[in-house]
Amino acid sequence: MEKTIAHLKRGEIAIIKSFKETDVPLKLLEMGCLPGNLVTMMQSAPFQDPIYLNINGTHLAIRRETACKINVDPYV
Amino acid sequence: MSRSINVSLIGNPNTGKTSLFNRLTGLNQKVGNYPGITVEKKEGVCKLDRGLKAHILDLPGTYSLNTSSLDESVVVETLLNRNSRDFPDVAVVVSDIENIKRNLLLFTQIKDLEIPTILAINMADRMQRKAITLDIELMEAELNTKVVLVSARKNQGINDLKDAITQYKTLNTQPCVNASVIDPEYFARLKKAYPHQLLYKLWLVITQDVNFGKVERDRDYEKLKTSSFDIKSEEDLKRLQHKETVVRYQFINGLLKKVLHVDTSHAKDLRSKLDRILLHKVWGYLIFFLILLLIFQAIYDWSSYPMDWIDELFASFSAITAESLPAGPFTSLLAEGIIPGLGGIVIFIPQIAFLFFFIALLEESGYMSRVVFLMDHIMKKFGLSGKSVVPLVSGTACAIPAVMATRNIEDWKERLITILVVPFTTCSARLPVYLIIIALVIPDRDIWWIFNLQGLTLMLLYLLGFGAAIFSAWVLNKILPIKRKSFFVMEMPAYKLPMFKNVGITVVEKTKSFVLGAGKIIMAISIVLWILASYGLGDQFTKAEQIVTEKYASQNLSDKALQQKIASHKLEHSFIGYIGKGIEPAVRPLGYDWKIGIAIVSSFAAREVFVGTLATIYSVENAEEETIKNRMQAETNPILGGPLFNFASGISLLLFYAFAMQCMSTLAIVKRETVSWKWPAIQFAAMTLIAYFAALGAFQILK
Repeated sequence: MEKTIAHLKRGEIAIIKSFKETDVPLKLLEMGCLPGNLVTMMQSAPFQDPIYLNINGTHLAIRRETACKINVDPYV
Repeated sequence: MSRSINVSLIGNPNTGKTSLFNRLTGLNQKVGNYPGITVEKKEGVCKLDRGLKAHILDLPGTYSLNTSSLDESVVVETLLNRNSRDFPDVAVVVSDIENIKRNLLLFTQIKDLEIPTILAINMADRMQRKAITLDIELMEAELNTKVVLVSARKNQGINDLKDAITQYKTLNTQPCVNASVIDPEYFARLKKAYPHQLLYKLWLVITQDVNFGKVERDRDYEKLKTSSFDIKSEEDLKRLQHKETVVRYQFINGLLKKVLHVDTSHAKDLRSKLDRILLHKVWGYLIFFLILLLIFQAIYDWSSYPMDWIDELFASFSAITAESLPAGPFTSLLAEGIIPGLGGIVIFIPQIAFLFFFIALLEESGYMSRVVFLMDHIMKKFGLSGKSVVPLVSGTACAIPAVMATRNIEDWKERLITILVVPFTTCSARLPVYLIIIALVIPDRDIWWIFNLQGLTLMLLYLLGFGAAIFSAWVLNKILPIKRKSFFVMEMPAYKLPMFKNVGITVVEKTKSFVLGAGKIIMAISIVLWILASYGLGDQFTKAEQIVTEKYASQNLSDKALQQKIASHKLEHSFIGYIGKGIEPAVRPLGYDWKIGIAIVSSFAAREVFVGTLATIYSVENAEEETIKNRMQAETNPILGGPLFNFASGISLLLFYAFAMQCMSTLAIVKRETVSWKWPAIQFAAMTLIAYFAALGAFQILK
């Protein structure tokens, strides 16, 4: 199974690779969630949802169901 | 001669746009609504050099020109319509230094509309601390525009910005990104069909509706939609929008590589440490709860002093008027209608100001977004999202701005549910009713030394309102047959020390608009009530003095007691007395007499009218200078005996006011926001029924 943003652990950094579905909200792209950019898992909300990310310098909160649709590569 | 130009302030949320607006305009601003819709419109005037006056419009915050909410569509509409009164001569895009990459996306889009555009980079005072350097000259060359570094917080660079605005005619209007590369063939066809239109403008018009519902616009654009160019499917258009975003970011990344340097070794910040605590699964909620508790206790405790003072002031003012002016209908109207009515408005000012003060503080500091984050998972279960929390919390001040605050919720079903349940949250108009009834029926005692029993009751009422809102959201989510496409994307802004000036302006503006808005209704109702209470038909009213004197002739009453009996008799046979008697059968099972019945009916216009009505009714009955509270305490129940305002009837009233939809202004706003009479009608009927049965149940059990 491909790794997605939802699989990241707290503090883990990854590179955004691709989107699983076409209906990833445009707003997310506009905020800098684009292939090639870095994403850091900052922290989960209580009950593990939503999650708090740093994407390309922007601090964003998204839900886990959206995070599952964004594939990532490990960042070395 | 002074000339005036239009300046639009545009920018992402949390860039300090409003602070900059406040710096430029100070108190020369006014808040209104866009024609036809209720998106808040902030305008202000800024004097520039050489007799030039800038008319500054603060547009709602947006991340791009691709609309996904009503707020954002307002920005696009303003920029597209050259004939609009608000169309800018110059646009100022506000960006913040730490998020410049994301902010530039919006900038390049606006630049493509060929409007003279200035880039104002805010929070420039942080550059040194964050080890950021920026090559402004190169940036200006690459972006074809003027770039100004400002700090609204430190009041730096404001004059440079004013100079840039003054010289707006020298700005280059060449676009910086060629959007047509995303589909050259399609754009070429578009150009051929509409040779006189701006290409990027056409593209925006075509894609406006893709992410968002219908928007009103010029007829020209309407034609475009139905023409042969609407051949792309919604899916294709979305794909192209994704592509456009990528193209723009490629340009921005290339630019920033050349002009921006950040030494990341300095980038250790406070934010993550604070977030660890404030978003903690235990501490986070505890802190949120404590903040709420502090707000409610403060509002109840602190504002009671100025409120008592205002209460007494108006009571004595009314008495002085009655004594010093010659007796007659006009004096009576002034002393018994207008002054108590006015007092009923002024008395809210301390509480409303406190509430808006705390809400502004939480918004300004960046904490409100943390609340959204903390609450999303819980709210999701009820068919809402974390974004509904802000309207629900704002609802504790007033449902009107709260209903308007739902506009950043993208999903229609979620938004509708939020709008429908917001009036359950305890707005400040309920406070006067709650406060006076709590003071009458709940003992003023401390428990466990720290909690005041009355304060605790008030807290419970707030929780009850919030619970009712959430529960009805859950029910509505189950029964409303609307499809949803909910997604949740929210920026978490950096923590900031709130600026006193911003908080101050918010408090003054909101309090003013509340007092003036509600004030008009309350004033009008006070006068109508006074007329209804002062006039009546038949002998029972006109010959009241004679009838009462004869009736009590044998009892040897004191003069004062007799006068009171006469006034009471008169009131009972005035117009309002008949109305009250008419509805008494409906309210008696709830524990109320006909006077309370009148107060309830008149307060369907606005809840706070309740206290004002009682003030009018009681002071008509007895013109002596007593505060309303004392007067209410003295009332006895005509049937059951004992005080009229006892524990059972008090709780019944509290519950009635907790649930009933008694606010014409809110209903009007709901009508405008949902564009139908259906929803406000359903809302009104459902809430009133719930209120009636809750009050009925409470009184029958407790009596």
